[in-house]
Amino acid sequence: MKEQVIIADKLSKRFGQFMATNQISFSVSAGEIFGFLGANGAGKTTAMRMLCGLSIPSEGSASVAGFDVYTQTEEIKKNIGYMSQRFSLYEDLTVLENIRFFGGIYGLSDLQIKEKSDALIQQLGLEKEAKKLVAALPLGWRQKLSFSVAILHDPKIVFLDEPTGGVDPLTRRQFWDMIYAAADRGVTIFVTTHYMDEAEYCDRISIMVDGKIDAMGTPAELKKQFDAQNMDEVFYQLARGAKRKE
Amino acid sequence: MKQFLSFVRKEFYHVLRDRKTLFILFGMPVVQILIFGFALSNEVKNSKLLVFNQAQDEASAKLINELEVSNYFEIEKVVGSYSEIHQTFKQGDIRLALVIPANFGSDLAHQNKASLQLINDASDPNTATTLNNYVNIIVQDFLAQNYPSAKSPIAILPQTRMLYNPQLQGAPNFVPGVMAMILMLICVMMTAVSIVREKENGTMEVLLVSPFKPILVILSKAFPYLLLSLVNVTSILLLSVYLLDLPIQGNIFMLYAVSTLFIITCLSIGILISVLTNSQQVAMLISLMGMMLPALLFSGFMFPIENMPLPLQVISNIVPSKWYYIMVKGIMIKGLGISSLLKETGVLVFITTVVLIISIKKFKIRLA
Amino acid sequence: MFAVEAKELSKVYGKEKTIAVDAVSFSVKQGELFGLIGPDGAGKSSIFRMLTTLLLPDGGEASVAGLDIIKDYKEIRKRLGYMPGKFSLYADLTVEENLNFFATVFGTTIEENYHLIKDIYVQLEPFKNRRAGKLSGGMKQKLALCCALIHKPEVLFLDEPTTGVDPVSRKEFWEMLKRLKLQGISILVSTPYMDEAALCDKIALIQGGKILSIDTPSAIVEAFPSNLFALKGPSMYTLLQATNNCPMVEHAYAFGEYAHVILREKEQSPDALLAYLVEKDFTALEIKRIVPSIEDCFIRLLR
Repeated sequence: MKEQVIIADKLSKRFGQFMATNQISFSVSAGEIFGFLGANGAGKTTAMRMLCGLSIPSEGSASVAGFDVYTQTEEIKKNIGYMSQRFSLYEDLTVLENIRFFGGIYGLSDLQIKEKSDALIQQLGLEKEAKKLVAALPLGWRQKLSFSVAILHDPKIVFLDEPTGGVDPLTRRQFWDMIYAAADRGVTIFVTTHYMDEAEYCDRISIMVDGKIDAMGTPAELKKQFDAQNMDEVFYQLARGAKRKE
Repeated sequence: MKQFLSFVRKEFYHVLRDRKTLFILFGMPVVQILIFGFALSNEVKNSKLLVFNQAQDEASAKLINELEVSNYFEIEKVVGSYSEIHQTFKQGDIRLALVIPANFGSDLAHQNKASLQLINDASDPNTATTLNNYVNIIVQDFLAQNYPSAKSPIAILPQTRMLYNPQLQGAPNFVPGVMAMILMLICVMMTAVSIVREKENGTMEVLLVSPFKPILVILSKAFPYLLLSLVNVTSILLLSVYLLDLPIQGNIFMLYAVSTLFIITCLSIGILISVLTNSQQVAMLISLMGMMLPALLFSGFMFPIENMPLPLQVISNIVPSKWYYIMVKGIMIKGLGISSLLKETGVLVFITTVVLIISIKKFKIRLA
Repeated sequence: MFAVEAKELSKVYGKEKTIAVDAVSFSVKQGELFGLIGPDGAGKSSIFRMLTTLLLPDGGEASVAGLDIIKDYKEIRKRLGYMPGKFSLYADLTVEENLNFFATVFGTTIEENYHLIKDIYVQLEPFKNRRAGKLSGGMKQKLALCCALIHKPEVLFLDEPTTGVDPVSRKEFWEMLKRLKLQGISILVSTPYMDEAALCDKIALIQGGKILSIDTPSAIVEAFPSNLFALKGPSMYTLLQATNNCPMVEHAYAFGEYAHVILREKEQSPDALLAYLVEKDFTALEIKRIVPSIEDCFIRLLR
């Protein structure tokens, strides 16, 4: 059996009377692409924050990259990458400046940063744009760049929060090619998305409803379990029963 | 009209539901009045006083009594010798000692003149001077009541008359200043921020595509702040009359009229800022740095304008709060009529017109 | 008369003269549900803002409800309903207060046009005293739609109404649009979600400020010229790489659990591809001919 890099056991977060995340348990093994799905307000963001060491759980236990989410949040942060649709890069810095900055905060040496940024720019075909402001790049390129920056320090796990929102279908696929390539190298991918076809690209997915994980398995298993043609139907069946409308 | 009222009501919901805004609106005036009125006041109350009474007669007892009931002094100790005075001074609590000579009462009765000695702790010269002045005034009162024909008992008597403010209170200076600042804060900053917030939220887009006239959108956003500001003017005035015992000498309607004019000036500045900016932070920064700071520096309420270098004096003329400060002081404290304030009113009307014209011209009926 | 008609509409931004909208022409018939389909940054919002009279075009002309967007902007503003891309309600006002406010601003009352929003509003009614900021994404969209509808507009402009909304709420939202269409309201809607395109009467696929294709969804699908197959097998990533290396394949890309494969030759059978892949040690393969979706068409147009 592969190494388990994320283990959550009855992980809960309570805000007053409200259980945002209610006893969720799952594990993700190294190099796996794990889709974390759920309707708005189902508790995805809260769960993700706890796993990233940004929020201390109320109950339960979890470890990320072998570190405890209660006591070793600083170690967790060093070993994960994070990218969200909302914030990814500084638009008023150039491509190179962004790479240098993020390399810097993760403690890479100047030489490492130099090597990595050269490789990255070549890989993305951004030679001409390296000294341009990120604001001038099309959205699709920006998302690809910010994913590359999120895995610049070779984290064990990368958390992607709706990374492909609003991106055109071709770029979305190129983005997933990058995700696959990273997973191939052993990086564990933890991803949320609203595109149900993207759920199919994951090795395994979990679907959260009202703070709990209601279904978990490979896409094929879930479709069989819910007797559904595609993931869209699975999701619809589960989320329709949701009581919580935030 | 119904649309307008609905807009105003919505604006009140915004204000009343946001605790921070609510505090700025209604807490700030009270806090500022309290801070300026009590904590930062340069007047001295209940100052401890030493008395070395060598006379021990009826006249000296009466004088000491006058001092004690004056609110300014508290007789800390009656001492029997000069050395005792020096000792007590060294302990640091006492800043003033009064020495009444042995033949005080008889001198007054027979020669219509007597002397008194005041010994000051002059390490804080301003306070010392203030305390001396208080004693002077009280002694004068005492003489006028009991020995109408007597000359002053103190050898050197500065012939100052404290006009408009015989009790030398600090309040008359800062109340108009606080009013100018509060109105500036509410009208400029809050108007600007609340309009820009609608731009940020995307609600401005919806309002602009509504049949409601764009300029009315802006006016109806400004109107609630006019009302709220008048409420604030009222609360400041109530506080200063009842808490600080500062009566309003002039016409109260004129005071409100002048305040309304100043409020409109500030609202137009606020609208101008909101037209020129697209983010709440920028709007707030411009309002604070660009408006509040000059208001503090150049209105004459914290720093006397006459002492500034000429270029700064010239600049101070375009600061609306300077003119408002002068007018409020004139009406509240000096009881001046409008005829004496025509120039200030004119300047304020002029500034308002210019700002309003610019902001209406700059106002866009579309985005960007 | 068209509900919306745009001719060579263009918009340029900033000093660098970035072209956001590049001579776009299309028309929306009365009572039609017209979709502008494209990713973020394609120019959808700029088109919406020009048509809703919020931005002046830098070239071309357009009309809404037969009225010129520049000259007759005041009249247009009375007749259109607009839901901007950003959350456009007052978060600190309750559901009811928001609706009341927008009704009054548009010179009407909730009662007057209640029949229009009834279907949607009954779902919001239990929360009518809740502040709009505390609603879920789907509920916010419903409330925003109510607010845009309250004055019975002739043309409804919905700029990315379903972005960031979960799939269930998205479905509900499109069902509401269908019902509105039955009431005779012309609707122009934009979305980055390709699967929503099929729900429109007519769509324009847009990218980089240009319209790539404009037609009914079925006509766009029919115009797809090549052979499209869905291929399934273990290990999608390596399978895709191998398929794209096959000389008879024009393009292969992931599509849900399948890989969609376009073959170069029109009449070619997929057997040759299967043989090629088996030779590369792929097993348990499954391939079938499929009807393309709008997303397939878009991907093809983007290449």
